[in-house]
Amino acid sequence: MKSALRIACSRAHLQQVRDFVRNYLNTRPLSEVMVNQVVLAVDEVVANFIIHANGEDETQFLDLTLAFDKQDLNVEIADNGDTIFLPGPTASPDFHAYIQQGRKGGMGMTLVNRLMDRVEFFTRGNHTVCHLSKHLA
Amino acid sequence: MKVTAQPSADTLTLLLDGELDASSAIVLDTELAKPDILNYRKVLIDCAKLSYISSAGLGVFISHLQRFQDANVKLVFFNMQEKVFNVFEILGLDALMTIVPSLTEAEAA
Repeated sequence: MKSALRIACSRAHLQQVRDFVRNYLNTRPLSEVMVNQVVLAVDEVVANFIIHANGEDETQFLDLTLAFDKQDLNVEIADNGDTIFLPGPTASPDFHAYIQQGRKGGMGMTLVNRLMDRVEFFTRGNHTVCHLSKHLA
Repeated sequence: MKVTAQPSADTLTLLLDGELDASSAIVLDTELAKPDILNYRKVLIDCAKLSYISSAGLGVFISHLQRFQDANVKLVFFNMQEKVFNVFEILGLDALMTIVPSLTEAEAA
């Protein structure tokens, strides 16, 4: 069964995104920690698209699709904005430096890469698409 | 996200209630940025009702840590739900921050 959601590019919609993912996953017997890990990965990618790719322009929108293939969850997040957003390889955060610098950001994509089995960003026409997948046994 | 401050003699306890994400992190940031927070010896973060944290929420704590350390203010987390603790663990932040199971241990930390 597939499930889809379209949201405008406002961080006010992040709660709606998390509820959408939770409700979809809660149809399966998964642990709270496992559900939270997937919710977090999707939230981080969506927040990056909203804030960094679209500058919180509410006239732009994102399309999310969730689908299970047996025990594998596949997530597609398609950005309908025209800014190509392809995060590069992420190094492990140096938290001692982050603390000294009082830095707030720079952990989101590290989390996504550690939480999901597969993380891919690519272009479709002049839009960016992110695919995430995770084996949920 | 709701933040409730409970001051006592030398300790400020902040009760977090809700989901801490890129939208709500500003609420916590505003609380931690208050200058008089540095007058306390300890800031205890009660996470019993914190049901979610994203990197934006973690970033708020990290961004104030040096300021707290410079002022000799100890930041201690307690009552953390397993799914929230798991996020700290995944990044290795559980080794850099003081996270204890209960209020009793937080007061003793």
